[in-house]
Amino acid sequence: MWIYEKKLEFPSRICSTNPKLAKVIITQYGGPDGELAASLRYLTQRYTMPTGRSKAVLNDIGTEELAHMEVVATMVYNLIKDASLEEIKAAGLDGYYADHDKALYFVNGDGVPWVAQYIQSKGDPVADLHENLAAEQKARATYEYLLQLSDDPGISETLAFLRQREVIHFQRFGETLEHIYEFYNHQHRFFMGDHS
Amino acid sequence: MSTVRMQMLIDIMALEFTAVELNLFLDTHPGERRALDAYNATVVQLDELKREYEARFGPLTNFGYSDSDYPWRWVEEPWPWQINFAHMKGV
Repeated sequence: MWIYEKKLEFPSRICSTNPKLAKVIITQYGGPDGELAASLRYLTQRYTMPTGRSKAVLNDIGTEELAHMEVVATMVYNLIKDASLEEIKAAGLDGYYADHDKALYFVNGDGVPWVAQYIQSKGDPVADLHENLAAEQKARATYEYLLQLSDDPGISETLAFLRQREVIHFQRFGETLEHIYEFYNHQHRFFMGDHS
Repeated sequence: MSTVRMQMLIDIMALEFTAVELNLFLDTHPGERRALDAYNATVVQLDELKREYEARFGPLTNFGYSDSDYPWRWVEEPWPWQINFAHMKGV
């Protein structure tokens, strides 16, 4: 069960109408290293995590990523909502406009739609946690590229917040991986002891 | 949206962010007493602030987590993506 809260995780300031910036930021909505991929990856991997702690970490980070998806959507929505057709065309968003008007859709910066192949759910907690550590680093790098591209001070503030969250998630996944190794080592010794 | 309401929302966001951060830390450090005390103290403060906000501006949560004045206030705008904090005076 999820409960919706009628607020964002971060007070997003959008200082400009800027479809050009929206066009690149949307990759964190529906791109390969975006927030949809992150939230769905963790929330679907959580079922086969072996311990209470690892289930909690995937559940909670997956849930926070849903909130980040909403923050990214809010930026994109507000950057394009008042844009003229001329501005849309100048930003190279006319193809997007033809399919979606100014609605939110899950695509990367080049309009490629989101696919489930962006994520994996392997059933092997060590493999899954390594994927998640990589995912957090890739998302961090993407936010850094977006920060280089941003010319809106409000947007940059929000991008910096989201970047920082990837760093924290990476840390928590690393701790979870160590915990999983300890869990298996413990199991292993117990198992070997039982049969030697 | 009034500056007072925006400021209350920002205060709630700050406290809830504290709770999220402590929550994730506790997931991997369940035996850390100081973090748990800080988390529990944040819950009390956050609850108080949300009650105050909801009494003035309507429910922050639905599905049985908050009650509503008549008529059902959940449907009132603005929704979160309609609030631009750049429009807050004095920020």
